[in-house]
Amino acid sequence: MSEEQQNQTEVAPAPSLEVAPGPHLHTTKLSTRRMMADVLIALVPLVVAALAVFRMGAVMQIVVCTAAALVAEYLFTAMRGKPFSLGDGSAAVTGLILALSLPGTAPWYVGAIGSFSAIGLGKVVFGGLGQNVFNPAMVGRAFVMIAFPAAVGASAYVDTSSVVEAVTRATPLTALKQEGLPTSLADLFIGSTNGSLGETSALACLIGGLYLCIRRTASWEIPAGVIAAVAVIAGLINLTDMQAHWTVAHHILGGALLFGAFFIATDPVSSPLTPKGKWIFGAGVGALVMLLRKLSGYPEGVMFAVLIMNALVPLINRWTIPVPVGGPVPEPKS
Amino acid sequence: MTEKGPTPLERFINGILPENPVYRQVLGMCPTLAVTNGMKAAMTMAAAVAFVLVCANILTSLIRNLLKPHLRILVFTLTIATFVTVADRIIAAYMYDMSKQLGPYIPLIIVNCIIICRCEVCASKQNVLTAATDALGQSLGFALALASIASVREILGSGSWFGIEVMPAGWPDWVVMVLPPGAFLTLGLLLGAANWIGELAARRRTTQGVA
Repeated sequence: MSEEQQNQTEVAPAPSLEVAPGPHLHTTKLSTRRMMADVLIALVPLVVAALAVFRMGAVMQIVVCTAAALVAEYLFTAMRGKPFSLGDGSAAVTGLILALSLPGTAPWYVGAIGSFSAIGLGKVVFGGLGQNVFNPAMVGRAFVMIAFPAAVGASAYVDTSSVVEAVTRATPLTALKQEGLPTSLADLFIGSTNGSLGETSALACLIGGLYLCIRRTASWEIPAGVIAAVAVIAGLINLTDMQAHWTVAHHILGGALLFGAFFIATDPVSSPLTPKGKWIFGAGVGALVMLLRKLSGYPEGVMFAVLIMNALVPLINRWTIPVPVGGPVPEPKS
Repeated sequence: MTEKGPTPLERFINGILPENPVYRQVLGMCPTLAVTNGMKAAMTMAAAVAFVLVCANILTSLIRNLLKPHLRILVFTLTIATFVTVADRIIAAYMYDMSKQLGPYIPLIIVNCIIICRCEVCASKQNVLTAATDALGQSLGFALALASIASVREILGSGSWFGIEVMPAGWPDWVVMVLPPGAFLTLGLLLGAANWIGELAARRRTTQGVA
């Protein structure tokens, strides 16, 4: 035994070979940090548009939500005894998206409580980033929307005493739902209408969204599916009711549809993995948005549509497992 | 005849925290979720459950030697139903508004798992004294659990406690806490907290044992 050991020590050391299971392709470019930085860059046009339209309301909401999201992430990871994950930027993205989905008129505690429930109930209780079933920002928004209907509900968007002109009018979708008033397409496209901070300007959503898709941080299939489904359903509605005030273009440019399609539904954690699944997911979100817009009591339905489809993602993933090269894997004989 | 099983004192203490019906056994979820949006309703429910549980446990313990194994659940249910009807009528007679507010949840005590569980686990096997203390301990544990959940929900959701304003005047009511989702969220978070505290206590005990 000892002789053998001696022999081994005398032999020159073998060249070091690393043995690891596949896949062996890897890229240092694709990290959570890079993806989150991309999302933050893509959100810049939306932030600019929000600041231009809503001024101080937007500043307050964005600062409060982002700061509260970072504090919540720090506290909850400390409670779980995990290494701090502030550096990957995911909490900042959650906070910013939540801020952009809230009205600028909402009081500060709405953003703060929303951020804490987004990080806590939406992400950390499931085990942190990558484990969450639902989009954290939308969980936070749903919480404050049900908790404070007076501050986040449809009527809260209107503040007739505001110095910002857009805020003194009803949001385009509320105007449509309650009074049947149409809004001009140019206003919807540029974004000089009332609404949540990030949703007003379709142009800004398109610029940021296309950047995300080109960078492949977001899968293009999901927004394509959402927009296609909305276009088809809105088109059918227009065919049956020629007097409808909102055309297909109105439905696509109005409300939170583009913001939701590009920034909320494309969350890589809570959306399906396979290309076919992403189409199904996107089309489901679009169909639910139209269903909620037309038939529910709420003027807009992007938030609930995304949350409902998030719940179906495990099923979609199971249904759309791609067939590997060489045909399906045979069932093991039991 | 000597009896097996825990002593009356052990039964009483176990019911309060170590075997808390809500936080440890996760029984009786229906009233726990449905009537905890205010302290008044929650405490009325806890009192009604306590009355039914004590009476049912004592009666079941008295007739335990007459029970036929295949008919015991039926007998438990009939016993419980008798006392639930008594409690329901008393509340309807003397606390009419509360009876309206609690609605079907008082009659639903009949199918409350806590009571059937205590009849099965304790009362049908042990003497009257043990069964009575067991029922008292479990009732106290149930009341504590309901009080903890209802306090969180009423203070956050309405800014009050037992209907008395406790939060500052500008308090924005968290409407979600009064609605059903608030019940699930509060129960889940408190259940997690209870497990966490239990784990910490167990860890401290083992480290002390080693040292």
